[in-house]
Amino acid sequence: MSTLVLLLATGLGLGGLYFLVASGLSLIYGLMGVLNFAHGSFLTLGAFVGLAAGNAVGAGTWGGLLLGLAVGALTGAAAAAATELGLIRPLYQRHIEQVLVTVGLSLATVALFEGIWGPNPRPVTRTAWLGSTTEVLGARVPNTAFLNVLAAAAVLCGIVAFLRYTRYGLIIRAGVENRAMVTALGIDVRRAFTLVFAVGGAAAGLGGVLATQSLNYVSPHLGASLLIFAFIVTVIGGMGSLTGAAVASVVVAVLQQLANFYLDNTGDLIVVLLLALVLLVRPSGLMGRPA
Amino acid sequence: MSGTPVLRVRDLTARIAGQEVVHGVTFDVPASGVTAVLGRNGVGKTSTLRAVLGLIERSGEVELDGVRVDAERTDRIVRRGVGYVPEDREVFAGLTVAENLRLADRGGSGGATPERRALVDALFPDLVARAQQRAGTLSGGQQQMVSLARALLNDNRILLVDEPTKGLAPRIVGEVAEALAAAAQTVPILLVEQNLQVVERLAERVVVIDAGRVVHTGPARELLDDADRVQRLLGVHAERPADETAEPEAAR
Repeated sequence: MSTLVLLLATGLGLGGLYFLVASGLSLIYGLMGVLNFAHGSFLTLGAFVGLAAGNAVGAGTWGGLLLGLAVGALTGAAAAAATELGLIRPLYQRHIEQVLVTVGLSLATVALFEGIWGPNPRPVTRTAWLGSTTEVLGARVPNTAFLNVLAAAAVLCGIVAFLRYTRYGLIIRAGVENRAMVTALGIDVRRAFTLVFAVGGAAAGLGGVLATQSLNYVSPHLGASLLIFAFIVTVIGGMGSLTGAAVASVVVAVLQQLANFYLDNTGDLIVVLLLALVLLVRPSGLMGRPA
Repeated sequence: MSGTPVLRVRDLTARIAGQEVVHGVTFDVPASGVTAVLGRNGVGKTSTLRAVLGLIERSGEVELDGVRVDAERTDRIVRRGVGYVPEDREVFAGLTVAENLRLADRGGSGGATPERRALVDALFPDLVARAQQRAGTLSGGQQQMVSLARALLNDNRILLVDEPTKGLAPRIVGEVAEALAAAAQTVPILLVEQNLQVVERLAERVVVIDAGRVVHTGPARELLDDADRVQRLLGVHAERPADETAEPEAAR
């Protein structure tokens, strides 16, 4: 019983990280039709810069962590907005070229990060609480799992509130359905593009700092390793569906944890099989709109 | 035709996926009344409207109120005062009726003033009652009302209306035509329409397109009174309403 609880709790924590990356991917694809392979770079950059800021005020302190999370989110947002303005916008409506640019950017930035921070993982200093566990129904659950779930829930609520109660949220929801018609109502949808990139980048940057707390290291390859599963989550949830991304994040992460424990470390394989199954049975994903 | 046209289109060519579908059309839309764009299915009527707005690749000249707009983005052209009611409604299905209308409000002095809101509410009382209903759950006729209301909320110099009665029940066709007639009292309309009874009821002028080219322009009545020409240009027989001497409503 305690093993199952532990697997479910750590699965939820991992799902929180997946959601923080997948939410941005899903919004960006839903509104703009851009598969953003550079999204992992926003996460990695947010992690490195956020940690540096946090360490500057106190490594292993709550103040340092909170500052790190804020700086990580801002860094991710700035990097994403700059990417949209500088690289994506000039290629508007040229989707293949946009995808190729993001692929190139992801490769180049990993090399850049290796050049700046070195190729090897670096250990991070966590607060004492984040480095320990809490007993839940007999299972000793890592406290980072609680933080990840809390952060993912806060980001989900924040994005939902933004989409539901703001004018730009309205534009984004409409743009996900029919971008051309939004333009035909006299709305410059490009501003919404930049905003969606920035929001997605902020969530990724936040996820980057949180991932370092869970993994206890930071590395130039941090984003790339999470991005693969975030893409799987996005496709399973339904491209463009935030709720779908949230549900799929939990399903994928929990399944991965269970399979890794009970089926001899086959978590990654099971997740890819689930992806194939969803694509065969329901190509638009769990909550995506049929094409 | 008298006065300066609100919309001048010169040698407009449009392409979809690299294929030319409109081949240098030229026409004017006067500053009042309804100008109907007629033609068989697939001859380029919708593409012409979409090209005027810059929604598809185009070349040629488009002048709105004497200002060249063909190099401008769609949203800028619309903000100059062009209301667009697309073919197949294109309401945002996941948004409520109120959200669809809120989105369409261009704001500022050209946006939804209390007077324009009152006009829209008076024209489409059903939408007031259904304000919180998702637009995707509305009937086709109600969705058409949302689409028209989105355009009428703002202060426009011209409305581009694309097949507003397509696929609607006869009773709803009448309601849509009434709403367009009311709108035409305040703003000129460029109307793509297949239903010749609606054209006869609303339009004063027609532009006939065939195979992506303008093949006829002139008074609506002159064309509709000529059954042979209607058959030749449009491939249909003009079905006349009971009162054949009636003036177009929009002209009254």
